[in-house]
Amino acid sequence: MSEVEETLKRIQTHKGVIGTIVANAEGIPIRTTLDNSTTVQYAGLLHQLTMKARSTVRDIDPQNDLTFLRIRSKKHEIMVAPEKEYLLIVIQNPSE
Amino acid sequence: MPVLQKAGTVKSKQGSISQSQPAKVPNAKLAKATSKKKDEDDGTEMGDGTEEWMQGKTLIKPPDQLDLTEAELKEEFTRILTANNPHAPQNIVRYSFKERAYKPISSVDQLAVHFVLEGNLLHQDSDEARRQRAKQGMTEEKAPVVSTPTETDEEKPETSAAVEDPVEGEAETEEGGPEERAESAEIKGGKHEQKLTNQFNFSERASQTLNNPLRQRECQTEPPPRANFSATANQWEIYDAYVEDLQKQEKNKEKQRALPFKKEEDRGKKKTMQTETQSDDITKVAMVAKIIERMVNQNTFDDIAQDFKYFEDASDEFREQEGTLLPLWKFQYDKAKRLAVTALCWNQQYKDMFAVGLGSYDFTKQGRGMLLFYTLKNSTFPEFIFPTTSGVMCLDIHPSLSFLVAVGFYDGCVAVYNLKEESPQPVYKSTAKSGKHTDPVWQVKWQKDDMDNNHNFFSVSSDGRVVSWTLVKNELVFTDVIKLSIHGAVTEGPEGLQLPTMACGTSFDFHKQTDYLFLVGTEEGKIHKCSKAYSSLFLETYHAHNMAVDTVRWNHFHPKVFISCSSDWTVKIWDHTIKTPMFTFDLNSAVGDVAWSPYSSTVFAAVTADGKVHVFDLNINKYEALCQQPVVAKKKTKLTHIEFNPVYPIIIVGDDRGYVTSLKLSPNLRKKPKEKKGQEVPKGPEVEIAKMEKLLSLLREPGSSS
Repeated sequence: MSEVEETLKRIQTHKGVIGTIVANAEGIPIRTTLDNSTTVQYAGLLHQLTMKARSTVRDIDPQNDLTFLRIRSKKHEIMVAPEKEYLLIVIQNPSE
Repeated sequence: MPVLQKAGTVKSKQGSISQSQPAKVPNAKLAKATSKKKDEDDGTEMGDGTEEWMQGKTLIKPPDQLDLTEAELKEEFTRILTANNPHAPQNIVRYSFKERAYKPISSVDQLAVHFVLEGNLLHQDSDEARRQRAKQGMTEEKAPVVSTPTETDEEKPETSAAVEDPVEGEAETEEGGPEERAESAEIKGGKHEQKLTNQFNFSERASQTLNNPLRQRECQTEPPPRANFSATANQWEIYDAYVEDLQKQEKNKEKQRALPFKKEEDRGKKKTMQTETQSDDITKVAMVAKIIERMVNQNTFDDIAQDFKYFEDASDEFREQEGTLLPLWKFQYDKAKRLAVTALCWNQQYKDMFAVGLGSYDFTKQGRGMLLFYTLKNSTFPEFIFPTTSGVMCLDIHPSLSFLVAVGFYDGCVAVYNLKEESPQPVYKSTAKSGKHTDPVWQVKWQKDDMDNNHNFFSVSSDGRVVSWTLVKNELVFTDVIKLSIHGAVTEGPEGLQLPTMACGTSFDFHKQTDYLFLVGTEEGKIHKCSKAYSSLFLETYHAHNMAVDTVRWNHFHPKVFISCSSDWTVKIWDHTIKTPMFTFDLNSAVGDVAWSPYSSTVFAAVTADGKVHVFDLNINKYEALCQQPVVAKKKTKLTHIEFNPVYPIIIVGDDRGYVTSLKLSPNLRKKPKEKKGQEVPKGPEVEIAKMEKLLSLLREPGSSS
């Protein structure tokens, strides 16, 4: 098992982690630990949001870039880490 | 003949032209007028011939014309021709309702009629003529005379012209038109005879050609493919495009430069490409996965992170001379559970990161070891893992090149790991040939780069050697700096004849300011002050402890002070110019490690085998620790090592079960001396030195007097 797989596995086994999604540049999920429809919804919507956020950061300073985006909601914390071609999304319930 | 026509034409066209026309001039004008009229009458038939026709005319003198003399002819009569009627009234006024006044009218009708005559001639073929002829048979003979052209060609048209009137019926004017034409044709006829057509008896002939039916032909092409493209040009997109272009240009340049080697490079590239594509795409998220893991951890251990940053023990305010330690993260790794923490070292560049060396201090349980790197941002899993075949006994992270880590092993090897390298093997390792130690290496320490800018570090081992290792290209070059001979150490005493010549070094430390000066602690409990310059001579020897010196460390601020600890339960503070310790503290258990704080010259902490951390501040209490706190879960666990973080108010302690615990120092343990008096707080190393000096001076005086 590669190091990344191990890391992903560790994240998934972490306390309060609800799901892990890896999506590609178009927001199409590649692997997930959630069910299909939820995954597609999360990946699609967060992809849009992330692109917008990235655009904002880069518009302010083109040499800058977005590395991490966390959304704290009443129920969850959604963490998005964009990579050049991929998007790693983790949904955690921090109060658990 | 046009002259003769004049009267009628003039009258009809320009009725108001005054009678005072110049006698000689009018010909041309009149001719024009007639031609104009002709044009109106019958289309284009004679349009072109007008000029010829005028040139070809001949002047004919009427018989009753006056003969004038030359002088009379040349006399000029100036007459102005106006279009105004001289008899027209000029003072007509009308009432203007708009302005409510009588206004003169500007446009007055200038038309004046001088002569009106109804014609009485008829065309012989016309119905009326026939009717007349039928009525009076007598006139029958006369009629031909009237109708046929007479010799006096001029006269007849004159009369007919005179008779002609525009006001007359249509038949009359029509009659005039063709006649004129005939006459004009006759004039032309002077040049070439032409048969005149009978203008009253001609038939129009027309024929229709066959028209091809209209045909429409169309064809439709397939429309070219269309695509909608829309994009917004952001500042960063433009920037990216430029960067890409720049890279392309640079690549091109490189290509041109490296043309001969191109082929080989290409092959290499292809290979690497293939391997890249082969490896699962998921590996690309390695970096972000790490970030996410840290963030997940941060969420899970949110309270600890908050404590780390903000918690200050409020009860400290009510306790003058006591402090506490707040446990924060615990670091553990499943595969290192049975190993003891044998070394700790903070990364000086990334101050949340530290290295842990794992091995065993038990002679009978030696085996594998491990080198782990943790960060405070992720307490659940190490950042780097290096399993080793022999137990790690000591390690040191390079202060400026923090990816270089020197490690000493139980089997006497020293090695250098490069965190940038993927492989789990060290980049440098000493071998039996290249002067490796024959006993466990107890401490390693990076030095400043040598004169050739090679990195180098020192190591000390039980075999009694202090060795300098230099990283040259891809090998370690060793130099024995000093050999710890018993003889050198035991010059005063008569004992030690049968003993081997070597003493066992267990720890050392280099002076912070003086490069060449360093201390070596030995298994015999002695501390030698040595110089890098003299390889067999000790500058000083302190009879420090009754058991092996576990740690010896120079103070961060005061250049003369160092601290030592030993398994004989004691911690001692020394002035290196004085052979007896300045302070001695008994901690009631074997002391594993002691460390000076980086923020105060008088604060140090020690860990003991009974699982306690002792924190002292000499400035506050010279006799007792401010804090004695057990920090281990199980009673039997021994603490082995301690390190202060270079910036944050935390310490990490390692135990013999492979756990590392981070603890936060309460405010009392890092108190600045004059803070509570509300004065300006002096800072800097000078203050710290002075603080220590003050303490020492109190002790020295009785010492020197005695």
